[in-house]
Amino acid sequence: MAPRLPDILNPPEAPPGAPPRTPVARIEGLTRAFAGRTVLDGVDLTIARGEFVAMLGRSGSGKSTLLRALAGLDDDAGGGVTVDGTVAVAFQEPRLIPWRRVIANLALGLRGVPDPRAAALAALAEVGLTERADAWPLTLSGGEAQRASLARALVREPDLLLLDEPFSALDALTRIAVHRLVLDLWARHGPGILLVTHDVDEALLLADRVLVLDGGRIAHEEQVTLPRPRHRDHPELVALRSTLLERLGVTLEGTT
Amino acid sequence: MSAPVLDLAVRGPAARRRRPKIPGTAWKRLVSPLVILVVWQLASSAGILPDRLLAAPATLVGTAVDLIQAGTLQTALLVSLQRVAIGFTIGAVAGVGLALIAGLSRFGEHAVDPPMQMLRAIPLFGLIPLFILWFGIGETPKIAILVLGVAFPLYLNTFAGIRGVDGKLAEVAKVQRLTRAELIAHIVLPGALPQTLVGLRQSLGIGWLALIVAEQINADAGLGYMINDAREFLRTDVIVVGLVVYCVLGLITDALVRLLERRALTWRRGFLTS
Ligand SMILES: Nc1ncnc2c1ncn2[C@@H]1O[C@H](COP(=O)(O)OP(=O)(O)OP(=O)(O)O)[C@@H](O)[C@H]1O
Ligand SMILES: [Mg+2]
Repeated sequence: MAPRLPDILNPPEAPPGAPPRTPVARIEGLTRAFAGRTVLDGVDLTIARGEFVAMLGRSGSGKSTLLRALAGLDDDAGGGVTVDGTVAVAFQEPRLIPWRRVIANLALGLRGVPDPRAAALAALAEVGLTERADAWPLTLSGGEAQRASLARALVREPDLLLLDEPFSALDALTRIAVHRLVLDLWARHGPGILLVTHDVDEALLLADRVLVLDGGRIAHEEQVTLPRPRHRDHPELVALRSTLLERLGVTLEGTT
Repeated sequence: MSAPVLDLAVRGPAARRRRPKIPGTAWKRLVSPLVILVVWQLASSAGILPDRLLAAPATLVGTAVDLIQAGTLQTALLVSLQRVAIGFTIGAVAGVGLALIAGLSRFGEHAVDPPMQMLRAIPLFGLIPLFILWFGIGETPKIAILVLGVAFPLYLNTFAGIRGVDGKLAEVAKVQRLTRAELIAHIVLPGALPQTLVGLRQSLGIGWLALIVAEQINADAGLGYMINDAREFLRTDVIVVGLVVYCVLGLITDALVRLLERRALTWRRGFLTS
């Protein structure tokens, strides 16, 4: 079942970004090495409250490692990571608890809402999984599990939302619907978002700012000021796309 | 019933019941046991197989009925069941309890696991002489053997189960700010459960064996006593009836564990079947 499309005709406005935005997350000189091999080599990154940041980077460039550090899951990373507020993560693999039903996975640890179950059900409805609420996670398809994992992060309404390739297993139509959903939630609650993706178009359609992680640092950064909804054929995006692809080392006939 | 007797010999963690793939051919598996029974009966009737060595199947049925009517079997069974219940309960509480202590804290692991790993190497039945010296020949040494036989598989498996819980789920718990109690209740314990159930099966397997061996220690009541007493009078029929009862008990607990597994691990079964 395709997710409910929140207001396709009147997509949400970008949140009113008053210029002096306080940071929700700040990374300073973040380094990380595994067995002597440096993966992150002094990353500096500040994410403003309510800012939508997308991060590109080739496989193995350290995107998930950076996210783990931001989520406070990496005690061995060097440098400073400060996050001001609550964090929710949709991991690269869905990581649902297999012995708890889908709905319980969403509701678990959901505090500060009067009825966690109802909130969880509503979130499932938004990603089009109402019928799978009582299913065991191991019976979900790859895309269903990914949507459940995304819903689990969204329902927490965090100050900082970390999304690690949350759309990779979705078909094109569902993906568009879920894009809308994330934008809609972003407009309503204004979390800072860091979205990791391999898809340059996706980054350009969604984010305020697109980063390229390479050589253990933020190697490149582009602001995208175009108002949403954006169309991928817009000349500004076309220009940005080729810059970014070049930065990613993709030649014209190359593959990602 | 000859199949259960053989089943006891292979009872253990590795012994998986093979279900006939096509239900319609299940009866074919009954043919050879029946043939064996018939040959056994014929051999006995013809005098080739003397009662002194092995009683005839028909005699066994009569003996069982006699034993039940006299109340001997029930009395013996009750005593044995009581031993198992006490031994199993103490052993299970100790095994799982120690595994929780060792599994849920570093301090607990350092305190509990090394001695447990050392003790597990001791052959259970080799302890019997020592236990007799310590506890005499009453109920205590019998229960003690049972407790140890049950506790170790449950300890080892539950501890391994807790340690084996996916660290990625613990990370989920951490970002979702689950309390320690929630982490244990929703992730650690359910995650360890499948392995604990493996331990439970091993425990029951060893537990029944421990009972049989322990009941050979100068018992004055129970199934073991009934069997030993029968040996004095060359009553092979009573011995075999006793063995069959042991088998049935083993099969019943095995079925109970299966039922428990089916209930507790539906999240997995869903994956396998649908
Ligand atoms: N726990 C670990 N131990 C050893 N090496 C690791 C560990 N975690 C990550 N790495 C290594 O660090 C590098 C970066 O990994 P990371 O998962 O951050 O990549 P990524 O950018 O997310 O890649 P992908 O796009 O494929 O998900 C990889 O080379 C990986 O092998
Ligand atoms: Mg990754």
